[in-house]
Amino acid sequence: MLGLNKHDMKMLLIVAALAMLAPFLLNPFPTDSAMAQFNAGYPDLMQRFVIFGIFAIGFNILFGLTGYLSFGHAAFLGVGSYSTVWMFKLLDYNIVPGIILSVIVAGLFAVVIGYVSLRRSGIYFSILTLAFAQMSFNLAYSVLTPITNGETGLQVYTSDPQYLIDDWETVPHLFGLVEMRSTYTMELGAWSFDFNAGYYLCAVLMVLMFYLSIRIFRSPFGMMLRAVKSNQTRMNYTGLNAKPYTLAAFVISGMYAGLAGGLLASMDPLAGAERMQWTASGEVVLMTILGGAGTLIGPVVGAGFIKYFENIFSKINENVLHEWFGFLPDGLENAVVWVVEHFVGSGWHLTLGVLFMMVVIFLPGGLVEGGQRIMRMLRGKKSDNDAEKTTQSTPAE
Amino acid sequence: MSKSNFTRRGLLKTSAIAGAGVAMPTIFTASSAAAYTNEPTGSGVTLGFNVPQTGPYAEEGMDELRAQELAVQHLNGEGDGGMMNTFSSKALKGNGILGNKVKFVTGDTQTKSDAARASAKSMIEKDGAIMINGGSSSGVAVAVQGLCQEAGVIFMAGLTHSNDTTGKDKKANGFRHFFNAYMSGAALAPVLANAYGKDRRAYHLTADYTWGWTQQASMQAATEAMGWETVNNVLTPLASTDFSSYIAPVLNSGADVLVLNHYGGNMVNSLTNAVQFGLQDKMVNGKQFEIVVPLYSELMAAGAGENVQGVIGSMNWNWQLQDEGTKAFVKSFGEKYGRPPSNSAHTCYVQTLLYADACERAGTFNPCGVAEALEGFEFDGLGNGPTLYRADDHQCFKDVLVMKGKENPTNQYDTLEIVEVTPRAQVEYAPDHPMFAGGELGKCNPGA
Repeated sequence: MLGLNKHDMKMLLIVAALAMLAPFLLNPFPTDSAMAQFNAGYPDLMQRFVIFGIFAIGFNILFGLTGYLSFGHAAFLGVGSYSTVWMFKLLDYNIVPGIILSVIVAGLFAVVIGYVSLRRSGIYFSILTLAFAQMSFNLAYSVLTPITNGETGLQVYTSDPQYLIDDWETVPHLFGLVEMRSTYTMELGAWSFDFNAGYYLCAVLMVLMFYLSIRIFRSPFGMMLRAVKSNQTRMNYTGLNAKPYTLAAFVISGMYAGLAGGLLASMDPLAGAERMQWTASGEVVLMTILGGAGTLIGPVVGAGFIKYFENIFSKINENVLHEWFGFLPDGLENAVVWVVEHFVGSGWHLTLGVLFMMVVIFLPGGLVEGGQRIMRMLRGKKSDNDAEKTTQSTPAE
Repeated sequence: MSKSNFTRRGLLKTSAIAGAGVAMPTIFTASSAAAYTNEPTGSGVTLGFNVPQTGPYAEEGMDELRAQELAVQHLNGEGDGGMMNTFSSKALKGNGILGNKVKFVTGDTQTKSDAARASAKSMIEKDGAIMINGGSSSGVAVAVQGLCQEAGVIFMAGLTHSNDTTGKDKKANGFRHFFNAYMSGAALAPVLANAYGKDRRAYHLTADYTWGWTQQASMQAATEAMGWETVNNVLTPLASTDFSSYIAPVLNSGADVLVLNHYGGNMVNSLTNAVQFGLQDKMVNGKQFEIVVPLYSELMAAGAGENVQGVIGSMNWNWQLQDEGTKAFVKSFGEKYGRPPSNSAHTCYVQTLLYADACERAGTFNPCGVAEALEGFEFDGLGNGPTLYRADDHQCFKDVLVMKGKENPTNQYDTLEIVEVTPRAQVEYAPDHPMFAGGELGKCNPGA
């Protein structure tokens, strides 16, 4: 169905189901319980999960298939956000023109940056993309301040032209049907679940983008990209020019990033220059490798993991820890809290770093490989079926 | 053979389904019965403290967090009550706010607008925070203030000194206790004219973002009114760490005063560079070369060490003041943390008390009621003397301190001394002053 084989269809359905049921799955603990700290089912974070999922899926088309490691993808995310906010400023709060423009502008940027950067491969390619991204960041940060509003970030003001605006429009919406921030909260006993319109819009797009990525992975074009990864020199000797393929992959993944940027701005109408910083580019690399580069679902899992750590672990402060370990004797309590607090709160980077090292050392195929190993253990020694082999990743180098 | 499907029942069914389909999105817009965002449900009230815990302003952020924790303790009737005893309004009883025990959640702004908004959003959406307080950068303050306006919660700004926060970016749900760049200029100019003379030539180095721009414009206007001349203004990227290449041209520009519109780590580095270049030992135009830092903080002064000696700047508040409010606050902060509070800690503490007091006086947590209680509120006893929360732009008006780096510090906290307390009347301005024009408060937004 939909041009997918049975295994891919199953995966697509799983992703779609996870995305649609996320409000339930991410809020497993009752609202007033101590464990509610670990609930992640609030609109902002759910939106981030799927938006960065889109970003990572797109990045994986380039990195997972061709092996070209771009360190500048955040630049596309940033221009996507700026385009969308400018559409809010010039037209009105309808998100559709902004999102379309963000994809187009990011695509154009990708053509230019890709054309130059793809003249080199390996580390030189990474450095070139990094240089371009850093250049974009600095331009947005201090040179093009009339367009980007520099460090403060681009925002929509009531004094902006907004030629199509109606009186009722105050926040981003979809053709006036639904506001992006509107949330329906379902109370179910001790639990509460948030259904947010913006989240569902992003989730639907994420599933569509996931489908598109499966089709690319399985297409002759995708096969050509894999050939680039496995041995580009041999490909050249057989008379094939790899550049159009790599450039196409670069542009597609740039457009994915632009879409993610546009969605970020649609959910929260602000675009900051730090979205383009090299740390943001590094983040998507981490997401992809953590989840499993070259696998279909890995990047989405990785994006979810990193965003969860960033938003949930960073909020566990000393007071919360004292509550948790309050049952211990005083001296011991303080000792335990002292140790743990370095791994949570502002120390969440440390926990993530440790996790990342573990994954790279023990699970070179990312969390997806971990999942596969567990599945295999559960099934006993039964050998992999064919479908699984096709998704089996080649470890990221 | 064709068969018409247009039976009455069929039509009704179809239109009912279509109607439901059209109405579907509206169930998302219908929100719960609460009168405003995050109305407390009886099990206490949650405040959100959004401060930088990583990044260039992390030190300031940690100090703000200490003060906020202290404020929560005092509101809940623990500890010695601090400034609640000296506060002119006696609405707070030490039993939480409106009888609700005060709880708090914290977030890390990372001094990035994006991260700050994400963390504020999570506090509002997940933890049910009813007010957001803190922050140590104007860029972040402007971004978070916009978010709070949209979400329908009150924003009590922390350390933000840009004119824009209560100028072109002002919002009905946002309130600022801290002073601003215009006030710094107005307070500093006369002191500078006295100390260094009226025919000086100033060279500005300015951090390239909202605060830097307004700070520079304010200083230029105020000093030019005193007769100074502005030789040049150079914008430096916020992320710079080495300013030598910006300092070198100063010597050949014919300027005899260097104004460093920098803050935090930037200021520590640029001042250190300037001192290393020996600017202060130079004689230009027959006058001693001087350096001015318009916005000071204790933490910056400590970072710059002996380089701040003799350098003039301004502050919102300092722990060395001798009024009752300051003494009470410094005492309870010192007892808890073993150090004097910084001026950013003070402003966050005061903002928390002011918010709680406004809720008590309004008898509700509804942002519109709270905003009304804060607007035009006159109070005293919080360390700054008689203070007014102006209704027109939600800016506090109070005395401004002019500070100077101490020549012979006796301990690590004794780095600055008070040169002059500039009276409030001298730093006041009209709400439609050109430096603050362009924005409008809009209407208060209670969310739901």
